[in-house]
Amino acid sequence: MAWFNRQKANINTEQQREMPDGLWTKCPSCGEVIYKKELELNYFTCIKCRYHFRVGSNEYISFIFDEGSFVETNENIFSGDPLDFTDTKPYKERIADSIEKSGFNDAIITGYGTVNGKKLSIAIMNFSFIGGSMGSVVGEKIYRAAKYSLDKKVPLMIISASGGARMQEAALSLMQMAKTSAVLAELGEAGVPYISMLTDPTTGGVTASYAMLGDINIAEPGALIGFAGPRVIEQTIKKKLPAGFQRSEFLLDKGFIDFIVDRKELKEKLTSVLQWFEK
Amino acid sequence: MAANPILEFELPLYQLEEKIEEMRELGKSINLTKEIAELEKKVEDLRHDIYKNLTRWQRVQIARHPARPITLDYINGIFTNFQELHGDRSFGDDHAVIGGFAQLNEQSVMLVGHQKGRDTKSNLYRNFGMANPEGYRKALRLFKLAEKFNKPIITLLDTPGAFPGIEAEERGQAEAIARNLFEMSRLRVPIIVVIIGEGASGGAIGIGIGDRILMLENSWYSVISPESCSSILWRSWDFKEQAAEALKLTAKDLKEISVIDEIIPEPIGGAHRNHSLMFDILKKTLVSEIKSLIKEKPEKLVNARREKYYKLGVWEEK
Repeated sequence: MAWFNRQKANINTEQQREMPDGLWTKCPSCGEVIYKKELELNYFTCIKCRYHFRVGSNEYISFIFDEGSFVETNENIFSGDPLDFTDTKPYKERIADSIEKSGFNDAIITGYGTVNGKKLSIAIMNFSFIGGSMGSVVGEKIYRAAKYSLDKKVPLMIISASGGARMQEAALSLMQMAKTSAVLAELGEAGVPYISMLTDPTTGGVTASYAMLGDINIAEPGALIGFAGPRVIEQTIKKKLPAGFQRSEFLLDKGFIDFIVDRKELKEKLTSVLQWFEK
Repeated sequence: MAANPILEFELPLYQLEEKIEEMRELGKSINLTKEIAELEKKVEDLRHDIYKNLTRWQRVQIARHPARPITLDYINGIFTNFQELHGDRSFGDDHAVIGGFAQLNEQSVMLVGHQKGRDTKSNLYRNFGMANPEGYRKALRLFKLAEKFNKPIITLLDTPGAFPGIEAEERGQAEAIARNLFEMSRLRVPIIVVIIGEGASGGAIGIGIGDRILMLENSWYSVISPESCSSILWRSWDFKEQAAEALKLTAKDLKEISVIDEIIPEPIGGAHRNHSLMFDILKKTLVSEIKSLIKEKPEKLVNARREKYYKLGVWEEK
């Protein structure tokens, strides 16, 4: 017991939100308060510490493709419920809710367009859709994007952001690791380039299949990239993990990433990479 | 062999068997032949009943039974002239994945499998069958060796998962598994995969792509273990039985959705009840599968393998 009592109530700081809906936003890394418009102009990276905010496929399309050149494909593929899966909520409901909340039909979009005039086929994951989890739809759409690349001899890029395989499709999700890796092998045999870009976070079955199989693997700064999630590792070894463990810079140091690319420079770097493959 | 623990659902069987033993003792002084025979029939009927109606969680328990045959048992029981080959030629030798030359009757094959232990000591040595990246890289080295000399590959899957440790991440657990999936899909020799116990996620499929996927009746194969699934989706460890049901992780379930090609029946009561019968059953299937697969031309084999994986998945196109 304190020996005196507070006369007035605590100062109320109101609700704290990571990403306020207002005009200003706070960098979760350095605490800098940034005007939202400015953040957008800065490719959703912090003006002070260059922290990369998580963004979705629409943003990446605008960062990479020449204006008006992007054409979305395979947009009408939706998850089924092959196993009639129910945990605390039926899978069908989870899908319907996620479609409504995220505005995407599943955890990946595919399409093609031009990057400074160079053709590129692409698949971009959306972490906001059930943690970017990979089920049959993700596998099939990657398969089709790769087949498009194969037919048209156009380089393929996949931007990953995923917690791993989707549990609600169980073994079928696991099989998407095989399916996507197999089609990338076919693409490789045909001599069509594949660029894998890993963003925050990329873990589990996605890292252990297409995300690690690029002719070049590139990553955004500070992205969490790994096979097992940090919590699982801590539980297994019963130790705290060192700072920076499983971040892009760590993977670069260990030899699993070719280079780290700042979002602001993405289009430029991508153009020069595509040029290398071309000439 | 390790002590044979009794699974909960097997208890009535053991109780009846004990009773029969008691009556046999008694039978030395009184004639109980008829009663014993009746009871023995009852045991057999009960055994059939129990094992024909196992829940998915019960099958998971059988798959983990400490007396269940593990990779080296199958190697010794089915193959001859096994010569283990060690190391990934880059970092070290993983004891959780073993492999090497062997003969199946007259046919040379390359064997690769997850290796669990039998007791605490051997389990620590084998890291409980949880491979590190060098295990997957050793496997890949042996696959390539088999391809170079045109020998069929047989892999045996039995792992609770790839090892989630700091060093495993540093050495690229994800890359090692991904590379195997990529390369196995294009190997120009036949690959037969057998799930003999636990087939947990990426750790299992990391040596699990093939032309024929066989699965023992009481083994399980899925994207996650029932326990971890329970902890993530139900936020509690207590829903493992529901998770096992929801995941549909048994051989029968997976045959229905074409994830596996064939169910290998086990001796009644599970593979741990009769090792040598289990070896005979599996050997017969392996011999006939290899016979048909080695006739295929490499291009045809690889194309068919690819097409099989391309078809996997269920989605709706609206």
